Amino acid sequence: MFIGAIGCEPLQLRRVHLERSRTLDVYRRNGGYEAIKKVLETMSPDDVISEVKKSGLRGRGGAGFPTGMKWGFVPKDAPKAKYVVCNADESEPGTFKDRYLLERDPHMLIEGMLIAAYALGARHNYIYTRGEYKYLIDIMDVALDEARAAGLLGEKILGTDFACDIYTHTGAGAYICGEETALLSSLEGFRGHPRMKPPFPAVSGLYASPTVVNNVETLTAVPDIIKMGGEAYQKLGTEKSGGTKLWSVSGHVNRPGVYELPMGYDDMEKFIMSDCGGIANGKQLKAVIPGGSSVYIMRADQIIGKDVRMDYEGLVAAGSSVGSGGFIVMDESVDVFESTRNLTEFYKHESCGWCTPCREGTDWLVKIFKRIDGGSGRPEDARLLLDICDNIEGKSFCPLGDAASWPIQSAVKRFPEDFEKHLSGNGRHES
Amino acid sequence: MAEVLVKIQPPDHPVHMPEPAVFSAAVEAEIDKHIAKYPIKRSAILPLMFIVQRERGYLDAPGVQYLANRLELRVTDIWEVATFYSMIQTKPVGKYHIQICKTLSCKIMGEGKITKHVCNKLGIKPGETTPDGKFTLSLVECLGSCGTAPMFQLNFAYHENLTPEKVDQILDELP
Repeated sequence: MFIGAIGCEPLQLRRVHLERSRTLDVYRRNGGYEAIKKVLETMSPDDVISEVKKSGLRGRGGAGFPTGMKWGFVPKDAPKAKYVVCNADESEPGTFKDRYLLERDPHMLIEGMLIAAYALGARHNYIYTRGEYKYLIDIMDVALDEARAAGLLGEKILGTDFACDIYTHTGAGAYICGEETALLSSLEGFRGHPRMKPPFPAVSGLYASPTVVNNVETLTAVPDIIKMGGEAYQKLGTEKSGGTKLWSVSGHVNRPGVYELPMGYDDMEKFIMSDCGGIANGKQLKAVIPGGSSVYIMRADQIIGKDVRMDYEGLVAAGSSVGSGGFIVMDESVDVFESTRNLTEFYKHESCGWCTPCREGTDWLVKIFKRIDGGSGRPEDARLLLDICDNIEGKSFCPLGDAASWPIQSAVKRFPEDFEKHLSGNGRHES
Repeated sequence: MAEVLVKIQPPDHPVHMPEPAVFSAAVEAEIDKHIAKYPIKRSAILPLMFIVQRERGYLDAPGVQYLANRLELRVTDIWEVATFYSMIQTKPVGKYHIQICKTLSCKIMGEGKITKHVCNKLGIKPGETTPDGKFTLSLVECLGSCGTAPMFQLNFAYHENLTPEKVDQILDELP
């Protein structure tokens, strides 16, 4: 599997190929912990937030919310403790970038969290990692112990008055806990149900205290932003999408992997057909889901010859979105009815059951897919799927319902032939 | 309404409450370390459930009783959380739990072939355990190994880029 940068100098992937890259020693010898030193010696918390705002960094977990603005929402005069929580619950189908950041460069995350904690005045902070990534929690624990022993965590960090600690926490196999308020419920020891917003976590999050929840990739971008300055970081990308972005690429390409690209990389066709080695086994490209399973599926003819720019605006203009940056590439052998059914089963399994539209809706969607697959599909079933999606989208308690609707809505509209084939009884899947 | 509530009496038959599980001093120290991370004990519920599972094979009733006592919660609080999370096992599982990822990237890269092979090899279907209790097979949702599909997780270890031959090698080498 390929891990590296294309079209720019590697930033977040700078150290991943070094020997013993996860050790404090190698991290320090390659520019590590210089940013927190700079912050503690020369910057106020407001300076840090302002630099992050200038960087144009947007949340890399999927929602793309401007990070600096999120940090700015935390009230400065709140008497309660404040928390920085790292969302390492990476469970979006097609996404595996955070895994390699944690595995190969855990100190980069610690440094990013230290800077965030300094900016927000947070003393105790948590890394919420999905339970399946247990080996990564073990790696993080070793790195945290190393940092603690070196005086980078605890009291009087680098000889200043700054005190901060970071702890690992484990999830236990629930996709919904990647949603920030569900994550906080889970971290408090409850079922992972999302919470009503407002109040937003920045005002009332973990233990009803001001909390910032950021994705691994977001927090690991922060040390470089501090070192090079927000403006320089922003200029690596485009005006509205600053910096670089990691893309996880899977499916029918010759070279799957984690790719770091400058935001605004030109273009998506070149990326798939050349950088990722093209489609495997000499087949034709049929479809791409570019942002993890929860975004619109794209037809090959929306990509080939269309100069799709790879950033937030470019992908929206092309009819999808960046999401978590999980590219699932599908060749002509894939039946989009089947692939959509597969994802719908995923959402049904992962719906937390809290709200009716999502709990019942995803269940009905799966039942209809099963009926069609069983040969009893009715001509109006494609419309029925869309109708149910319409009753979930925008009406569920949290974005999981929207995420379950979008793959179906886009697949039915963009690949009607694959649905019609099944509805007319010719697509019976033999497995 | 209040009167009715007051009238509710404890059941006249004995309610079976299992004795809480007992752990070694080393495990107790490990548990203390987890609880110390949080301002509220309840936050340690998931890490502690994994420890109970590791020590007892799964989260059984004595384990639940132990957690309730340790975290100063009700037994129902523990069950409520345990039944939400797919990685918390409330029934016995085999010594080796094979969890094959079935989500899209693995699906299109040959998950079906791997599942069929494991089923044939072990003589069980997904969701079942071999009669000797050695293997449990499950199909699970995305494990974040899409670029190295197809894959399964064997207990906590990731095995990626699987082929039937590789599966044979992995399973045959297990003690």
